[in-house]
Amino acid sequence: MSYNWNWGVLLQDPYFGWVWSGLGWTCAVAVAAWVIAFALGSVIGVLRTLPNPTARAIGAGYVELFRNIPLLMQMFLWYFVVPELLPRDVGFYVKKQMPLPEYWTAVVCLGLYTSARVAEQVRSGINAIRQGQRYAALALGLTPVQVYRYVLVPVSYRIIIPPLTSEFLGVFKNSSLALTIGVLELTAQARQIEEYTFQGFEAFTAATVLYCVITAIVMGLMQVVESNSRIPGMISLGAK
Amino acid sequence: MYGAFDYQVIVRAAPLLWQGMELTLLLTFLAVLGGIVFGTLLALMRLSKYRPLSFFAGSYVNFFRSLPLILVIFWFYLLVPKLLGRPIGGFYSVLIAFVLFEAAYYCEIIRAGIQSITRGQIYAGMAIGLTYGQTMRYIVLPQAFRNMVPVLLTQAIILFQDTSLVYVVGLKDFLTTTEIIATRDHRVVELFLFAAAVYLVLCVVGSTVVRKLQRKYAL
Repeated sequence: MSYNWNWGVLLQDPYFGWVWSGLGWTCAVAVAAWVIAFALGSVIGVLRTLPNPTARAIGAGYVELFRNIPLLMQMFLWYFVVPELLPRDVGFYVKKQMPLPEYWTAVVCLGLYTSARVAEQVRSGINAIRQGQRYAALALGLTPVQVYRYVLVPVSYRIIIPPLTSEFLGVFKNSSLALTIGVLELTAQARQIEEYTFQGFEAFTAATVLYCVITAIVMGLMQVVESNSRIPGMISLGAK
Repeated sequence: MYGAFDYQVIVRAAPLLWQGMELTLLLTFLAVLGGIVFGTLLALMRLSKYRPLSFFAGSYVNFFRSLPLILVIFWFYLLVPKLLGRPIGGFYSVLIAFVLFEAAYYCEIIRAGIQSITRGQIYAGMAIGLTYGQTMRYIVLPQAFRNMVPVLLTQAIILFQDTSLVYVVGLKDFLTTTEIIATRDHRVVELFLFAAAVYLVLCVVGSTVVRKLQRKYAL
C-alpha cells in the first residue's frame, strides 16, 4: 500500500482550525438537539402513560412516526420539503432569511427524532415505578399534574439515566448526518481535509479520536450524574 | 411548491425506485447476515475466559459504538481500495463497513441473549459430558437465539433504515435514487414524501410482525 503519511497536516493552517470548528459544530448541533429531545421527549413520554386514550394514541403515533423513518430521510424532509409546504411567507423566511438555516434545520430534525426515543425511555421509567407511589401521592392530596411533576417524572429520570446516556451519545453520533445538508461538523471537516490534501487517513483518524473523546467525556459526566442521583436500593430498570 | 401534488412523477419514477429498493434490501440482508455471524463470534469471544480475547472483543464493541456510522462508511470507502490497491466499487466497501459496524451492536444483543440462559443449563450440559463447545452449540445458543429473535429483527429494521446512509458515498439505494430523481425532475415534495411513506409503512409492518413473533416464540 503506497501512502504518504503526513501527520503534520493536522497542525497546519487552515486544517487545524477546520477540525476545531468541526468539533464545535458537532457539539453545538448535539447539545441544542438534546435540549429539544429531552423537553419534548418527557412530554410525549408522559402522554403515553396517561389514562386518557386520545393522549396515549397521540404519544404512540408520534413515536411510531419518528422512529420508523430513517434519520437521513427526515433530514431531507425538513430541509427540502417542509419549507415548500409552509405558507408562502413563512417558507420564504425559512429558506432565505432565517439565520443559519442548515444548522437550525439539523437541530430541529435531530431533536424531534431523538425526542421519540427519549419518550420511550421516559415511558418505561414511569411504568417501572410501583403503582403504590402514584396512589400515595394522590392520597396526600396532590393533583394528577402534581403527581407527575413531583413524583413520577423525577423518579423516572433517576431510573433511566443509563439508557438516557446512550441516547445522549447517540445525538453526538447522529449529528454527523447534518453534513448531508451542509453543516460543516466534524465528519464533514475530515472529509473536506481529505479532499483538499489527500491526507484522508490522518483527517479521519483525528475525527475518530475526537468522537472517542466525546464519548469518554459524556460517559464520565453521566457516571457522576448517576452516582449522585441513583435511587438507593433500586437497580436500574431501563432497557439499555 | 410547483403547482399541485403530481402523482404521475412517482409512477414514472417507479422502475428506478424499485431498483434502488432492491439494492437497499440486498444490502440490508447481507449486512444482517454478516453482522450476526461476526457478532456471534465477538459475543463468544467477549464471554470467553481467556482475558486477551474478551478484552479484544470488549474494546472492539466499545470502539465501534462510539463512532458515527457515516464516519465508518467514509473510512472504508477510503481504506478498502487503498488496502487492495485497486478500486472494488462502493458496494463492497460499504458492505464491509456495515458488517463490521453492526457486528458491534449484534454482539451486545447476542451476549445478553447468551447470558439470559441460566448457568444451571451450562452445568447440566457439562455434567452429561458435553464439551464447552458442544454445550454452547446444542444447549445455550439454540435457546439464546430463540430469545433473541425479536431483538435481532428489531436491529435488522434499524439497519434497514441505516442503509440510507450510503447516500454519502453516492451508492444508488432507495433514498439516493429518490434524491437523484427528485432533483432531476424538480419534484422534491412528491418524491420525498413518497419515499418517507414507503420507509414508514415497511418499518411499521416490520415491527408489528416482530411484536407478533415475540408473543408466539418467547420462551
